[in-house]
Amino acid sequence: MAELSGNLLYFAFISYLIATAFFGGAIRSKKDGEKQEGSNKWATIAIVITIIGFVAQTGYFITRWIAAGHAPVSNLFEFTTFFGMCLVGAFIFIYYIYKAPWLGVFTLPVAILIIAYASMFPREISPLIPALQSDWLHIHVTTAALGQAILAISFAAGIIYLVKAVDQTVSSKRTFWLEVIMYSIVSVIAFILVTTAFTSVNYKAEFNYIDKKGVEAVYEYHIPALIGPNKGELVTEGKFEPLIETPAIIDSKKLNTVVWSLVIGLVLYWVLRLITRKRIAALLQPLVKNINLDLVDEISYRSVLIGFPVFTLGALIFAMIWAQIAWTRFWGWDPKEVWALITWLFYAAFLHLRLSKGWHGEKSAWLAIIGFFIIMFNLIVVNLVIAGLHSYAGS
Amino acid sequence: MNEVKCECGHVNPHGTVLCESCGKVLEEKEINKQLLDMRYEGSARRSQTYNKTIIDKIWNFFSSVKVGVWLIVLTLLASIFGTILPQVMYIPQNIPAIEHYENEYGWFGKLYYELGFHNLYSSWWYLLLIASIGVSLVICSLDRVVPLYRALKNQRVTRHEGFLRRQRLFGVSEAPQSDEVYKTITSKLGSKRYNIREENGNILAEKNRFSRWGPYINHIGLIIFLIGGMLRFVPGMYVDKTLWIREGETKAIPETDGQYYLTNNQFIVELYDKEKDGEVFEQALERAGGVVKTYQANVTLYEKEGDTIPGEQPELVKVRDDEIRVNEPLKVDGLALYQVDYKLNELHKMSFSLQDKETGDSFGDIQIDLFNPEEQYDLGNGYSVEVKSYFPDFEFDEDGEPATKSRVPNNPAFVFEMKAPDKPDGEVSFVAIQETIEPLGDNKYKMTFKGVETNNVSGLTVRKDLTLWILGLGGVIFMIGVAQGAYWNHRRIWIRRIDNKVWIAGHTNKNWHGLRRELEAVFDGTGIEVPEDQSEEGRKG
Repeated sequence: MAELSGNLLYFAFISYLIATAFFGGAIRSKKDGEKQEGSNKWATIAIVITIIGFVAQTGYFITRWIAAGHAPVSNLFEFTTFFGMCLVGAFIFIYYIYKAPWLGVFTLPVAILIIAYASMFPREISPLIPALQSDWLHIHVTTAALGQAILAISFAAGIIYLVKAVDQTVSSKRTFWLEVIMYSIVSVIAFILVTTAFTSVNYKAEFNYIDKKGVEAVYEYHIPALIGPNKGELVTEGKFEPLIETPAIIDSKKLNTVVWSLVIGLVLYWVLRLITRKRIAALLQPLVKNINLDLVDEISYRSVLIGFPVFTLGALIFAMIWAQIAWTRFWGWDPKEVWALITWLFYAAFLHLRLSKGWHGEKSAWLAIIGFFIIMFNLIVVNLVIAGLHSYAGS
Repeated sequence: MNEVKCECGHVNPHGTVLCESCGKVLEEKEINKQLLDMRYEGSARRSQTYNKTIIDKIWNFFSSVKVGVWLIVLTLLASIFGTILPQVMYIPQNIPAIEHYENEYGWFGKLYYELGFHNLYSSWWYLLLIASIGVSLVICSLDRVVPLYRALKNQRVTRHEGFLRRQRLFGVSEAPQSDEVYKTITSKLGSKRYNIREENGNILAEKNRFSRWGPYINHIGLIIFLIGGMLRFVPGMYVDKTLWIREGETKAIPETDGQYYLTNNQFIVELYDKEKDGEVFEQALERAGGVVKTYQANVTLYEKEGDTIPGEQPELVKVRDDEIRVNEPLKVDGLALYQVDYKLNELHKMSFSLQDKETGDSFGDIQIDLFNPEEQYDLGNGYSVEVKSYFPDFEFDEDGEPATKSRVPNNPAFVFEMKAPDKPDGEVSFVAIQETIEPLGDNKYKMTFKGVETNNVSGLTVRKDLTLWILGLGGVIFMIGVAQGAYWNHRRIWIRRIDNKVWIAGHTNKNWHGLRRELEAVFDGTGIEVPEDQSEEGRKG
């Protein structure tokens, strides 16, 4: 069962890749100027493949649930994969409201990256610790993930808006920040490439080091250590010696991974730019040529409107109910809780700015991107870096 | 103040921008605008009308959405700072907080502590921010909802030309000859769930007005939630007690006035077992080592029967046996008892044997209950042991005297007086773990350590929270309001016949694409042109 589950996920992943290509084709085939609304043949094929992928991933979810005996949302891999699945689901839903194939060209790659990112973490089925043994596990986590995924659609729409709206003929603050976003996405790709490459050659380097409490400990690296641990001594022979040593308080292994991703990301980014002699956003611009900005703005806003109540319900209300049952109090200012509150406050501010201050269009698009950044921060940094009650999700 | 009488005859409150009834522009400065600001229907909001007294100024300050957004953003930023380092409730409680922050995080930790960020969410300024948001919620809502309600209630079917012309969706067409066309339009609108009102051949089609109340309802929910949060500080509403209870021990449950008692029969920590719990977990268990499956206290709940005076042993009646696990608290009398902590293998009983040092002959064993030692243990045949002093958690104090740190037997020590037929005056011996001192010279007898019995201890949190239902109510109302505002749109379509033309205007509070598509469907095949989007965004697209 567990094996079938893994294969279904793999199949879904490939489907999303193919669907992206077809959505790309759907935009291209409309190039001849006629701005027909609605779908064409390419788009129909693309959405069908997307739905097949989504069904396969639902199959992954169900079979893994059966195999484990609990909803597969209990660690970082499972949660992030599910988040990717919800994103695809939300996209399918929005697609049928607006019939917008171009949304697929940007949303599906985000979902693909998220799922690929997820599979960089331990994938085995793990048993539930006592705090997680509750029906609220699947009620709370799935609703929260769904809410975040719907909100993430506004990120994809925001990117589309900016790629189209930001003038690429001059260099400005807007082009700069848009490139920063592109670079972050490239860095995620770099992270996936680096991790996959060194995992496939089975790289292992052990260090003896002195940990935070001044005790000798062993650290095993799976990618070459640019950044070594505190007073680290390489034990495994013939492996890369660190360039820099960190103080004990910093987790050198995680920092090393981050540095690798950023450096390789930078290399990839500049290779792309030097070859094409264009900004990445400028490269993407032809894809959005025939898009109606007003419609993009509306989709972005709509997904926040739809996602905000779902997020509130899942990430705050259900979370509080469960926290009252498992941790004796509905709210304890744990970092994950606080970041859920921050996300909520942010989107509340977003909605007020839009309704009352008239922050439509480009301003709204930038906000949608910041909102997604907060969601990702809560998913990645809060789990992996900031210690708290939700840290178990990291391993 | 002066009320404003519109030419249509309706009397509007002072400060009204658009006549509540016909929509005519009453404010000079709005006349030159191409599109009307329809957010609050041009109603007379207190904050836009009065600005004289202090109360006006405070009202105007808090009624501003700009201020509201600033408060949200400030709260958001402040909240971030509290997540940089763990808050004070998540650090070890055995050393002073400042030392912990300094030891763990150096100068930054110290600064963090000194700025009060270690307890940020209870700081006066954070609470002030939350309270300001609460005030802003109340004033913002009142400032808008009352005039909005008036405006929507008083709106007429026949709207002023100036009102129609300045709507975002607007168009003028030749009037159709037959009334059939209007009938088709109204029936199409009806099938799209519009409520239709007609007046002199003019039509107002409206739907989902209730969606306009969504924001105010969700604000009410939030206010109720905040009030619930404040009630926690009212004595009696909230209880947070810890109950450490050893295996075999029976204790009164705090906050029940001695009405309920709990016995801890057994405390269990169970780990996942590769054999028993299935091979799916094998890989994970191998990597992680021991993974806890259950923390469980098997308890019996008792209720006291009859009245007792203090000090009297109460008569207990068994209520039920129960198991307290994480996620499964025991509930009794409005209290919930949670399994939150534990201590394994706490010393419980120690046994010693009285021996002759030289021959090794034993004259009997004693077993001391470390929580309730007896004073004298009679071994028969003239042998006895007296416990002169007992230090459950032994240490030497500042003066070098033996003392005890606590009443928990972490490191028990005794002063024994051993009596034997040949030593009727007794010999004194000080016995601690792995240490024996004979303060009054060489003894003939000694107390030999024989063994210990240990116990598990279960740490329970005793919780009462009478604010929960208020918080729940607030949450439910918030969700209703937010769904109402987010998932429905308030749409209106005005159709007015002026001479030989028909004027059509449309308005929605959001989702203009939806309204446009609806209009296309309604006017398709009627010969009337679909109103166009006059906004800049609309024209660009």
